[in-house]
Amino acid sequence: MWHELSGSVIASLGLEGRLGDAAHFFLYDTVKIWALLLFIIFAVSFLRTWMNVEKVRAYLAGKRELSANILAALFGIITPFCTCSAIPLFLGFLQARIPVGVTFSFLISAPLNNEIAIAMLFGLFGFKITAIYIGFGLFVAIVGGYIIGRLGVKKYVLIQVPVIEGALHVNDERPTFQERIREAWANTRDIFMKIYLWVMLGVGVGAFFHGYIPAEFITEYAGGDAWYAVPVAVLMGIPMYASAAGVMPLVEVLTQKGMLLGSALSFMMAVTALSLPEAIILKQILHVRLIALFFAIIGAGIMGIGFIFNAIL
Amino acid sequence: MKIEILGTGCAKCKALEEAAKQAVAQCGIFAQVEKVSDLQKIMGYGVMSTPGLVIDGVLICSGKALNVNEIVALIKAQ
Repeated sequence: MWHELSGSVIASLGLEGRLGDAAHFFLYDTVKIWALLLFIIFAVSFLRTWMNVEKVRAYLAGKRELSANILAALFGIITPFCTCSAIPLFLGFLQARIPVGVTFSFLISAPLNNEIAIAMLFGLFGFKITAIYIGFGLFVAIVGGYIIGRLGVKKYVLIQVPVIEGALHVNDERPTFQERIREAWANTRDIFMKIYLWVMLGVGVGAFFHGYIPAEFITEYAGGDAWYAVPVAVLMGIPMYASAAGVMPLVEVLTQKGMLLGSALSFMMAVTALSLPEAIILKQILHVRLIALFFAIIGAGIMGIGFIFNAIL
Repeated sequence: MKIEILGTGCAKCKALEEAAKQAVAQCGIFAQVEKVSDLQKIMGYGVMSTPGLVIDGVLICSGKALNVNEIVALIKAQ
């Protein structure tokens, strides 16, 4: 319905041909993504008012390693988490004797499954690709965290962590329904104000590509199915964490223009999971070697997913 | 009264510090507002998500950038 409506808006402005096509794409996609962002971020924020990191910690404490990795990765989806809290979270987990590897499973999964990424993916690529992204993201978080844990990296934590004896403090306040709604809406508004311009910019550049760049462009100039497409996509994704909302509309257009889905998935996972700001924050408490190891293992996992998808799809 | 803001320098921590200062001014009380970024101290309060709000050595709230009115209410409740 919105597709026809935005089409008639463009037609009434007298825009035709390639320009009309690009303008239609821009208007249709921007409004559609804005609406979906508001709806999905609100829904996710609302559900997350039932969770907090303290509950996760109390639940994970004392669990056996591999199952704790799986749980930590799953909790990463539904727990509100901000990259700026990475340090207190990391230390808080260690204080409860939760192994470093399990902590990493959570730290990989939480930004990967952030509400912006989920909303953008769902809006642009639909349910199936979103599910694939989350599924493989969990896999990387679980296996990556487990491997990091097996490597005996505790010596690379540069700060003395006093262990908490006895019961762990859990914030058990129960907000009312109205308070949950209010909190979720405040969070939605904050995030939306931060990213709505990025979305416009991303869709704008995407619309230009859509209208003016021929479908063979990527295959011809950017490798398409060449072996290096995946590693290049991962490397390019690392510095882009803050602009995920602007990057994803572009990726959608690039897939229409011949970029393989595996490369696109690798790229988007690199954008969210390999976050440079998070690495810089964690450098205050972790040895560079551990951070490099973290990036290398996750990078390899993400590339593996890209290669597999490019090969089978 | 002593109010401490626990945080390592994120945007929310700065917002909370600002709100706390305004709240103190609004209440018209004498209170010291201090930003705490020392990790050992933050760990000592058992905070898992920053920013944290501590009033007279007691952790009141963590992970939320409370607004001025909410902090005023918390100060008055003490």
